[in-house]
Amino acid sequence: MTDAPHIPVARRLLANRMFLATCITCTGLAVCVLAVLIVSIMMDGVHRLSPDFIANFASRKPDQAGIRAPLVGSIWVCAICALTALPVGVGTAIYLEEFAKRSRLTELIRINISNLSGVPSIVYGIIGLTAFSRFFGWRAGSEPIELGNPESLLYLRLPFGSSVLAGGLTLALVVLPIVIVASQEAIRAVPNSLRQGALALGSTRWQMVSRITLPASLPMVMTGAILAMSRAIGEAAPILVLGAPLMVLETPANLMSEFTVLPMQIFNWAGRAKASFQEIAAAAIIVQLAVLMSFNALAILVRQRLQTPFQ
Amino acid sequence: MTTMSASETNPTTVAATMPGTREPISIQAVGFDGFYGSFQALKGISLDIPRHQVTAFIGPSGCGKSTFLRWMNRMNDTIVGARASGTLTLDGEDILARSVDVVDLRRRVGMVFQRPNPFPKSIFDNVAFGPRLHWKHSRADLEDLVERSLRSAALWNEVKDRLHASALGLSGGQQQRLCIARAIAGGPEVLLMDEPCSALDPKSTASVENLIRQLRTDYTIVIVTHNMQQASRISDQTAFFFEGALIEAGQTETLFTNPRSKQTEDYVTGRFG
Repeated sequence: MTDAPHIPVARRLLANRMFLATCITCTGLAVCVLAVLIVSIMMDGVHRLSPDFIANFASRKPDQAGIRAPLVGSIWVCAICALTALPVGVGTAIYLEEFAKRSRLTELIRINISNLSGVPSIVYGIIGLTAFSRFFGWRAGSEPIELGNPESLLYLRLPFGSSVLAGGLTLALVVLPIVIVASQEAIRAVPNSLRQGALALGSTRWQMVSRITLPASLPMVMTGAILAMSRAIGEAAPILVLGAPLMVLETPANLMSEFTVLPMQIFNWAGRAKASFQEIAAAAIIVQLAVLMSFNALAILVRQRLQTPFQ
Repeated sequence: MTTMSASETNPTTVAATMPGTREPISIQAVGFDGFYGSFQALKGISLDIPRHQVTAFIGPSGCGKSTFLRWMNRMNDTIVGARASGTLTLDGEDILARSVDVVDLRRRVGMVFQRPNPFPKSIFDNVAFGPRLHWKHSRADLEDLVERSLRSAALWNEVKDRLHASALGLSGGQQQRLCIARAIAGGPEVLLMDEPCSALDPKSTASVENLIRQLRTDYTIVIVTHNMQQASRISDQTAFFFEGALIEAGQTETLFTNPRSKQTEDYVTGRFG
């Protein structure tokens, strides 16, 4: 055998226990910080939660102020963001994973998409302001072009200005890299043997993607999409850059309506000196957390319900 | 490396030794070369694969037999840098031509893989997958076709009560027979099998082997195997590959009992490989 000195079992077991203790301490610390945050917000804000708080518009008087406009605004923005970012993101992922030939160009695109998900969201806000709100300065200084009746749902105004459409598209830019990367990973997780099986039966690439790869990767794609949406709904910076008004007293009627979102409203109230505003800010944070948690719960549910083991 | 041209000798051998009809040639290779990039994986293969017989490809790992198989339905198209020259025909039509519709070729030349690869769908949807790609069947026709395919694959009695359950719930052997049913359902002429039993237990292997023997009345079967006993049990013709070349091909019994080449003899008797 060997002449090397023996390490006593007791010492190895001690090291094992110490490592375990370190891990538990780290986890406990993280949970504690989170618990303190949640408890302090709850203590500040929970007594402000009421049906009126959800149903009322913002007000100068904290007792009458509510989050109707930012809550509905968040839903609008998130819906626009989902409707644009998901098809584009999933489509890009399908192209890159299933159709694009491996070349320097596609490699460059792949790497850059991963990098883009690390870009601060305020930068996307500036891009959104330039591209969607101002159309790169097109018709600057003159009146925007109006299409349709301002009262109707189908009303459009070019450029989009600080409308809910500009907000949704800007958030789509923020989450697009996340959606693409998550979908790419989902598609890559589908075993190659299934692709080969489909091709060997005479599938075209598209038949293979639509009947095998996409259905098999859908739970993971959906999970990624929902998590991307929960990122979108929590963003304040890009919306701030777009110039959304601080006090909105109506819910959006169409894509060109002015809007605000929950994080903006929280930002606004939290910055006021009066203690009662701090309280309604805390209440709004509770609502925001509830929305985020339900998104995450939905993601877990989707993952469990739709998950099909591959082999 | 000398390449024995099997096609010059085989048809007569087969006709002389096989009782019954002399079947026409289904797949024919003449001077076939296959490359991965600059590496030549197949060197001057000439071989006739007769209709409605089981042809086994044997040889040590890396000898090119699977590569050759994957050219017959152009699955090598999916590999970057794979190319081929020479002649490879199915019923006299060039398989390698650019103009060949690979989608239709792969319907005519079905394939069963080494590991069972059922789709994460129901048993029914697995079998109906091929037909649905190519035709618009009525529901009743499709049900009929699925039943016939599962019966041909000797799986019907085991799964008829749970056609709409997930295919992933089947055992390994059942999954492989399902994959055979799936390959049959599209109505192929040829079935390519790439070591179809290597991931199966002995009992499942026996049932798949039985199935292969039954299937040759309707299909031309080409099977790659590492199992010498399997080749001798189920095949009519055997081709021995070594280092990318076809060393010897002929009637299975002859090749195993009275091989012409020393290399073949060493391999089939287990002295190397």
